[in-house]
Amino acid sequence: MTKVTPLDTAVDPHSADTGVLLDVRDLEVEFRMRSGTVKAANRVSYQVDKGETLAIVGESGSGKTVSAQAIMGIIDSPPGFVTGGEILFRGKDLLKMEEKERRQIRGDRISMIFQDALTALNPVFTVGWQISEMFQKHRGMSKSEGYKRAIELMNLVKIPSAAERVNAYPHEFSGGMRQRVMIAMAIALDPDVLIADEPTTALDVTVQAQIMGLLADLQQQTGMGLILITHDLGVVAEVADKVSVMYAAEIVETADIRELYRHPYHPYTEGLMRSLVRPDHKGGRLSPIKGSPPDLLHIPSGCPFHPRCDYVQDVCRTDDPPLREILEGRTSACHFAEVFSND
Amino acid sequence: MTSYIIRRVGQFVLVFFAATFLIFSMVFAIPGDPIRALAGEKPMPDSLRQTLVQRYHLDEPYIVQYWYYVTGVLQGDLGESFNQRPVLDIIKERFPRTLRLAIYAFIIEMVIGVTAGVWAGIRKDKFLDSLVKVSTVAVISIPIFVLGFMAQLFIGVRLGWLPVTAGNPPSLYGYLLPAIVLAAVSLAYVARLTRSSVVENLRSDYVRTAKAKGLSRRRVIGVHTFRNSLIPVITFLAIDLGALMGGAIITETIFNVPGIGQALYQSVLGQEGAVVVGIVTLLVIIYAVANLVVDVMYAVLDPRIRYD
Repeated sequence: MTKVTPLDTAVDPHSADTGVLLDVRDLEVEFRMRSGTVKAANRVSYQVDKGETLAIVGESGSGKTVSAQAIMGIIDSPPGFVTGGEILFRGKDLLKMEEKERRQIRGDRISMIFQDALTALNPVFTVGWQISEMFQKHRGMSKSEGYKRAIELMNLVKIPSAAERVNAYPHEFSGGMRQRVMIAMAIALDPDVLIADEPTTALDVTVQAQIMGLLADLQQQTGMGLILITHDLGVVAEVADKVSVMYAAEIVETADIRELYRHPYHPYTEGLMRSLVRPDHKGGRLSPIKGSPPDLLHIPSGCPFHPRCDYVQDVCRTDDPPLREILEGRTSACHFAEVFSND
Repeated sequence: MTSYIIRRVGQFVLVFFAATFLIFSMVFAIPGDPIRALAGEKPMPDSLRQTLVQRYHLDEPYIVQYWYYVTGVLQGDLGESFNQRPVLDIIKERFPRTLRLAIYAFIIEMVIGVTAGVWAGIRKDKFLDSLVKVSTVAVISIPIFVLGFMAQLFIGVRLGWLPVTAGNPPSLYGYLLPAIVLAAVSLAYVARLTRSSVVENLRSDYVRTAKAKGLSRRRVIGVHTFRNSLIPVITFLAIDLGALMGGAIITETIFNVPGIGQALYQSVLGQEGAVVVGIVTLLVIIYAVANLVVDVMYAVLDPRIRYD
């Protein structure tokens, strides 16, 4: 018999419970390329607690994925570098850890699901092999024990006839089933934090709902903190507790989900909500935000949103508004957050 | 899979007939009289000439000659050379030497090529990578006969490290220099192919996933990147093994290796139709088998490919 550490009593080397589970503070990430240096995350801060779901919303290229990759420590370097800030996990800064210590957290305590499971899973290994690898490498289990656990996990994420499909390859699954495999692999070691990077973007609508439902169920069962990265405010409304809105590598607004929908404190958030397809607006025209998100190489002066903003004033063109607390638990990076919200 | 292999063997039969017919036609079309070439400068009595022409069916139309030849091959008779030596004997004597040369070259090519490629790939744009890129371009640009003579001159004559020719029968040591020269160009291709394949795979989503799983760098590269990167390389290597055996003509001639390539070269000069066709047929078979092996191996390496 090989030594087996059961899932539920997995030893956690960082069990000192101090404050929030994951605390990202003023994170800065740069990409240094030939065409120039791009700031892909600029003073990004957010917190996730046990059992909580934080949604990070923004258009593509707004830096939402980069901050998640910084937490995982999987930014391609070069060209990407974390140049500032702290990522506190249970009070310890991940950025100051030795690579070996960090690797024990990666995939084990903090894990990640990617957008397109077809390319994110290795095409030449069976799904059982890939799930089992987590148990073999992090828990020192034998191969057969790992496969047994893989089947259990595949049942947990509701893949039909898991025992037979454990030896199938990723391409033999449908898109939704593949994403379930990805989820099974990410939750294999019962992580404290799960980062889901646009987990449903590559799927069709009915399957999207199933996958989001599955993630919500799993979160309730395990009490893990969930960071949901998405551009879809509709998805956010159903599952998130808190929302951070990102624009041009910065967080522009953070709020409790109900508060946000009741009352956005940033014109960008308001624009995102107006551009949502809603049944009560049937027949009406959608009102998308005018213009397009800025190229991170050429971020506009002052408030990066000012060229697209309906409420733009002179000060917006010159001064970049800092993220400040408007009400308790609510922050906004707009000079006129209070005024704007009174309209 | 079985039905796929059966189908491929069927194609193989077709390739065999088409290839032998083409080669036979081309040899037939070579201008000049083979009987005269046999006699050289000496005069030949008409009676002897008649006998020879009849024995080799040289007076028949070439379609008939081809028919005689193919029926012979199918019975294991590859015909005989003009000095009445069975072609099969020539092949039996010479082929093992070519095979050894090809295998040595193949090992050099595989070990050094893949190692250099992986090394350069994981250190993209660093010094070692540039070194591999520059040196492989240099080797690919130089024709093999220039490479061969240069190796003979510098390594063989000036430095005296290795024998200049293989010797007869060749020693293991004697094979080394021709094997290196024979391997050189393919080695450069293997290194480049491996490098670009590794670079591409290191950027892939599933390698990012492997990192996110908290695996060691060694495992991310050695297991998750390596296997995928090798798919195109192994394909190239398998086809190249066939090419090494057939492509040794220049190398064998330069280094005087008494193998099949040299025999082919000599019999083309001597208009020994039967020998040329016999040897080329063998090479075609080797090539076709190598291709079949590659196609089957694809499915083993890459589960996304299935033949039904």
